[in-house]
Amino acid sequence: MKVLVGVKRVIDANVKARVKSDGTGVETANVKMAMNPFCEIATEQAVRMKEAGSVTEIIAASCGPAANVETLRTALAMGADRGVHVQTDAELQPLAIAKLLKSVAEKEQVQLVILGKQAIDNDFNQTGQMLAALLGWSQATFASAIEVAGEWLKVTREVDGGLEHVEVKLPAVVTADLRLNEPRYASLPNIMKAKKKPIDTLTPDALGVDVTPRLKTLKVSEPPARKAGIKVESVAQLVDKLKNEAQVI
Amino acid sequence: MSILFLVEHDNESLKSVTLRVASAAAKVAAVAGGEVHALVAGSNCAGAAAAAAKIAGVSKVLKADAPALAGNLAENVAPLIAKLAANYTHVVAASTTVGKNILPRAAALSDSQPISEVMGIEAADIFVRPIYAGNALARVQSSDAKKFMTIRGTAFEAAAADGGSATIEDVAPAGDAGLSKYIGSELTKSARPELTAARVIISGGRGMQSGDNFVMLERVADKLNAAVGASRAAVDAGFVPNDYQVGQTGKVVAPELYIAVGISGAIQHLAGMKDSKVIVAINKDEEAPIFQVADYGLVADLFKAVPELEVELDKALQQK
Ligand SMILES: Cc1cc2nc3c(=O)[nH]c(=O)nc-3n(C[C@H](O)[C@H](O)[C@H](O)COP(=O)(O)OP(=O)(O)OC[C@H]3O[C@@H](n4cnc5c(N)ncnc54)[C@H](O)[C@@H]3O)c2cc1C
Ligand SMILES: Nc1ncnc2c1ncn2[C@@H]1O[C@H](COP(=O)(O)O)[C@@H](O)[C@H]1O
Repeated sequence: MKVLVGVKRVIDANVKARVKSDGTGVETANVKMAMNPFCEIATEQAVRMKEAGSVTEIIAASCGPAANVETLRTALAMGADRGVHVQTDAELQPLAIAKLLKSVAEKEQVQLVILGKQAIDNDFNQTGQMLAALLGWSQATFASAIEVAGEWLKVTREVDGGLEHVEVKLPAVVTADLRLNEPRYASLPNIMKAKKKPIDTLTPDALGVDVTPRLKTLKVSEPPARKAGIKVESVAQLVDKLKNEAQVI
Repeated sequence: MSILFLVEHDNESLKSVTLRVASAAAKVAAVAGGEVHALVAGSNCAGAAAAAAKIAGVSKVLKADAPALAGNLAENVAPLIAKLAANYTHVVAASTTVGKNILPRAAALSDSQPISEVMGIEAADIFVRPIYAGNALARVQSSDAKKFMTIRGTAFEAAAADGGSATIEDVAPAGDAGLSKYIGSELTKSARPELTAARVIISGGRGMQSGDNFVMLERVADKLNAAVGASRAAVDAGFVPNDYQVGQTGKVVAPELYIAVGISGAIQHLAGMKDSKVIVAINKDEEAPIFQVADYGLVADLFKAVPELEVELDKALQQK
């Protein structure tokens, strides 16, 4: 089966985001960018399924500005076969991205889409669920294990109380949780090979998708800072403070 | 028009987060106008519907009872919500794994862009939500005719579980879309309070070194009626199950007291606990970032400090 993975370019997970002083957003100039960690896990999953023989071709898609090609190259270096870049400088929100990915999924006739469960910049956690709705497909979100069983996928999901087991019919959308796998690092030869892999460029217009944002950001601000605390010298002092000062025990 | 919220339940009783969702829905109604209605979708869920009818501020409970609605399968529940949404201005669910799974699917069916993890309700169309692991707060305005949102439970007080006397109305149950099957769950069994509802939480990180060592934290938790949590590193290492994880991609908690033991304080962990009222950190590295958010920091070896904590707590609690 053919698989589509969605990869997003975000501020690197190790960088602490800084709010811009004018309150319009978060500083991205001269900030290290990387593939969203959950998208790495999604890509790794597709590559493992191809290595195991259940997947024939992996198409990586990324929607956004020109720089997203870098993110696609990372996916190609990890083992994706080709890339689709939906190029736009417009602000994209999950509903719009789901519509773009739907049209790519239909055009490429894939049977499975694997996305990350969440983009760590906007923390929306929506795109996979919305894509599944628009396609009328089944969905398995927050997956920590996937097994192909004929026309169905057996998926273990990470839920609030522990783990849940579901079976979803193909075609399906799956979103990857942290413990689905540990993504590989791309080797140098694979990075070189990735440079030659094809990337198609499309636009929202060409796909007939209106990406006008539905949410307008009025202001981005810093959360209230915590007051600096103190260091205690001993466990006895700690317990005394908790009892008599903070009065929480 | 009115506000509809999704009740989380086990068919018999309500999940505690539901009371917080109910109060968020009431807040929306206060600024947007309209009544607050509850949707109970499940299989043999009359008990849960009766409990929802007692929540203060709820005027009507819609009960959709059908075998296809067992197991919270999004493929079956979302179309029901999308259909009911015709009569509502806002649809609200919890930012739990159930709410996050179902609500965006229902929103997409209604061509609406949902708003995740709402922490503040400023107007019928203006909401505050965290982005970048809580390092920034975004104030957003929705232009959608119907607003779908998940709310962050810790940001809202719980509504009273008693005092309401809503009518219960049966709505046409959804059929089985035939796309998915709920097979079963492996739920962590614990006599302790739920992480998201606990007044005190003690969490362990990679510094704990093994799952067996979590027994030390359990002992302290026993004394404080606390829940036990963990960092991602501790979960990944297999010390404890996945549902212990606190953080950006785990659970968001805001107890009265959060005790972090052998946790360094990565931004992704802080995202899940920095709204706790009082934070205690026990770490042997005085440079650990967790100390920047801790009200009380103890630089110490946890293997010495935690057993001592147990003893000192005993003394302190006896004096009460
Ligand atoms: C996309 C993404 C999502 C993530 N989501 C989450 C999340 O939801 N929750 C989360 O927690 N993490 C999350 N992480 C991981 C996060 O970045 C950190 O790696 C993780 O929180 C580290 O866990 P830790 O503090 O237990 O381990 P470490 O960073 O290894 O820290 C261990 C600490 O224990 C201390 N220590 C060791 N031995 C002792 C001792 N004997 N006595 C006292 N102190 C001791 C050390 O000084 C150190 O500070 C995420 C990461 C990514 C990339
Ligand atoms: N711009 C994008 N291009 C491609 N895939 C995306 C994009 N934005 C989000 N996704 C996918 O959707 C997942 C969840 O994102 P979100 O719903 O924004 O939290 C990500 O992990 C990606 O797999």
